[in-house]
Amino acid sequence: MELATKSKMFCGCPADHFGKEPNSVTCPVCLGLPGALPVPNKKAVEWTILLGLALGCTISEESKFDRKHYFYPDLPKGYQISQYDQPLAINGKLGNIRIRRVHLEEDTGKLQHQGNDTFVDFNRSGVPLAEIVTEPDFRSVDEVDLFVKKLQQMVRYLGISGADMEKGSMRIEPSISMTNSSKLPKYRVEIKNINSFKFARNAIAYEIERQTEMLKRGETPTQQTRGFVESKGITVAQREKEEAHDYRYFPEPDIPPMRWESSQLSAISRLLPELPDLKRERFMSEYGLSEYDAGQLVETRQRAEYFESCISEKTSPKIIANWIINKKIDLEKVTPAQLLDQIVQSTQSTSVSDDELGKIIKQILAENNKAVEDYKNWKEQALGFLVGQVLRQIKGKGEAQAISVIIRRLIQRR
Amino acid sequence: MESNCCYCSIVKLLPMTIDIKSLTIIQALEGMRNKKFTAVDLVQGCLANINKYNDDYHVLLTVVDEAVLLTKAKEIDKTDYSLPLSGIPIVLKDLFSTDGLRTTAGSRVLEGYTPVYDATVVAKLKSAGAIIIGKANQDAWAHGSTGENSDFTPTGNAYNKDYAAGGSSSGSAVAVALGMCLAAAGTDTGGSIRVPASWNNLVGFKPTYGRVSRYGIIAMASSLDSIGHITKDVADSAYMLSITAGKDPFDATTGGDPIGRFVPSRMTLKGVRIGVAPEYLGVGKKATKGMHPDLEERIEASLAALEKLGATIVQISLPYTDVALETYYILCPSEVSSNLGRYDGVRYGNGRESFGAEAKRRIMIGTYSLSSGYYDAYYKTAQKVRSLVIADFVQAFEEVDVVFAPVTPGPAPKLGEYADDPISVYLSDIYTVPVNLAGLPAIALPSGFVDGLPVGIQLIGPQWSEEKLFSIGNAYELRTNNRR
Repeated sequence: MELATKSKMFCGCPADHFGKEPNSVTCPVCLGLPGALPVPNKKAVEWTILLGLALGCTISEESKFDRKHYFYPDLPKGYQISQYDQPLAINGKLGNIRIRRVHLEEDTGKLQHQGNDTFVDFNRSGVPLAEIVTEPDFRSVDEVDLFVKKLQQMVRYLGISGADMEKGSMRIEPSISMTNSSKLPKYRVEIKNINSFKFARNAIAYEIERQTEMLKRGETPTQQTRGFVESKGITVAQREKEEAHDYRYFPEPDIPPMRWESSQLSAISRLLPELPDLKRERFMSEYGLSEYDAGQLVETRQRAEYFESCISEKTSPKIIANWIINKKIDLEKVTPAQLLDQIVQSTQSTSVSDDELGKIIKQILAENNKAVEDYKNWKEQALGFLVGQVLRQIKGKGEAQAISVIIRRLIQRR
Repeated sequence: MESNCCYCSIVKLLPMTIDIKSLTIIQALEGMRNKKFTAVDLVQGCLANINKYNDDYHVLLTVVDEAVLLTKAKEIDKTDYSLPLSGIPIVLKDLFSTDGLRTTAGSRVLEGYTPVYDATVVAKLKSAGAIIIGKANQDAWAHGSTGENSDFTPTGNAYNKDYAAGGSSSGSAVAVALGMCLAAAGTDTGGSIRVPASWNNLVGFKPTYGRVSRYGIIAMASSLDSIGHITKDVADSAYMLSITAGKDPFDATTGGDPIGRFVPSRMTLKGVRIGVAPEYLGVGKKATKGMHPDLEERIEASLAALEKLGATIVQISLPYTDVALETYYILCPSEVSSNLGRYDGVRYGNGRESFGAEAKRRIMIGTYSLSSGYYDAYYKTAQKVRSLVIADFVQAFEEVDVVFAPVTPGPAPKLGEYADDPISVYLSDIYTVPVNLAGLPAIALPSGFVDGLPVGIQLIGPQWSEEKLFSIGNAYELRTNNRR
């Protein structure tokens, strides 16, 4: 997850790099110029801890950054500042899936290939990246799909990342192994370059099929890194285990180790919002909503908070939920107060009982013979006049559409 | 303004010849403020020495254009010299990033590299009114103790150009000694300021790790690099530190309280306890093997001077000294191999084939000791020993105020003497590297001559004890008068 902090992980450059002119948001630090030094972004560290807490992780009392070395043109220092053996958070859970660790690192630059030339854009270099590693707990494509969507929802609830697959602010690197036994096989295939939930499904499904076929033929897949080719819906080998890097991790000497006081951790945990699962259950018990309705409302934090700010004595939570879910209210344009007014108005109109409405309509028809006759003689505007008379009588507490239906039923045209 | 002061016109009529080689910063500021000479005079004096010596001694790799320097000096001469370094010509080791001014790190790899920003220290010096006159030669990437690992021609010793200047801040020291500037900034990762200062009869200062910002200074070994300076006396050294020190938002490892203006107050050292360790000075120990016999005499004279000032000499023990050197030569190359990774040939002009032999050696050693399978045996073990070296000093400082030590086992070698023997050069760092491992401040002070070449001693203090070092160093300097 790319964190949506204002500035990058180790410098003051804006972290929002999407769609910016190449190399326009860079400085000596994120360009890795000689002599430049990293200074960690406190917010990014706190947000990663917050993410760890949301995932039920243990927050390490002591943590540090490490250097991970490899050569690639988009990595200007020759190493990436990451976390190796002391990640910020460990041992969590999301649903049935165990979380092994959550650590913080810096993103790399981007390469753009044009013909025979390759260009480097360092705008993304140094953007904070929280990496979440799960245990091998997935048994189907659906489980993966559910997990990544849940994770995206949670991260958006926390407000720490746009978690947008298309913009690259959320990336998935699934590892797939196949076996008949209860033990994990010795190989693992990791897939890179996936930028949508759909592609993640396709890539995993393809890989399951490929490995199954191989095993059926009596072959053992090799430990590999593979890339997903969107256009063909297949994965292709990128790197074998033998070519695996020795990253030569060692503690980043430019950044002092971090140590957390319990008071600091509890201050961060106070920032933890009510998360979707708990919120859904509370909506069910507190407002008497169905699981479906509650689930629909907690889909985004914005929607759930909107719903709760509409809660009022004037009407029932169920009705508010119905309006929000079924009428597809534009939460940006209609304020909770405005929505409540609309609901109250329409429910008050139904408070004029059908019996009473029938009586009033009959009375209006009796009093306006001329108009009734006109309508009978196909003068359409007469209907509008009659509806208007009824509405005036009931002081607008009704729907014109419904009234006109009743009038039409009462007046038989010739 | 000048016409209102009759003395000024006399000064103009009788221009003083300024002896830059002996002039201190404090004297220069006083001279300018009292209208005895101008910043232009100072710059011209330095340029004259550069013209006179640079071709023979190979001191500066880059000299700022004369017209630019004189324009700056003239601007300062229009002021009342109220800035702390108004018009003071300063030389920087070529590791300091200077906006728009070539910065080579003494290496062919960066032969054509011009930074786009100033190091924090450079910015501080500039805004204090200093005139950056040029960039000094050095061992490439600061790897070396003699200056001979420069990818350009090695710097000659100010007292005999056929001898090594000392390194790695070789050009910085010789620039001060030969009057090309009034003070020079350097870096000290394992003795790189103290060694050349001592071999050129100057005061070399290595602050507490983190006292001075490393931002913008090309990294050698990040956990060991200290940013200091070379001056003619202790007062100048303290004065420079008051300008360069301070917490920097661009360097997460900086700290310490601000350093105030140094006021020499101690003319006696009564009550001061000075530690001497057999590991440094004893007989038959590994550390002292190869110590020049005449150097022992200089050491005794220096200790006698301190005792005459009233200090008490206390025997202490630093048992991990013998492994400190091995530890250093694992940790330092490990960090070097990481820090030099960015010079991969994609940026900065020249490619990896331009690295010199010593840089390649350190990259290989460091890469090896960080590799999986070797990490625990080398890097991790070295880190553990490092904490033992730190503990040695912590214990020593419970008994003494400062620790006394030589800087090197002898005076400067002849240029080329150790060309095929890098291990001997590494071994000569025995007195300086433990200080860097422990992140302590140390001041190197002149202690006389051996075989016609200067040597030095150092005082090592606890972390953040700079003011104490200056105070004791100042008393020692006035007593010994070794610079005369």
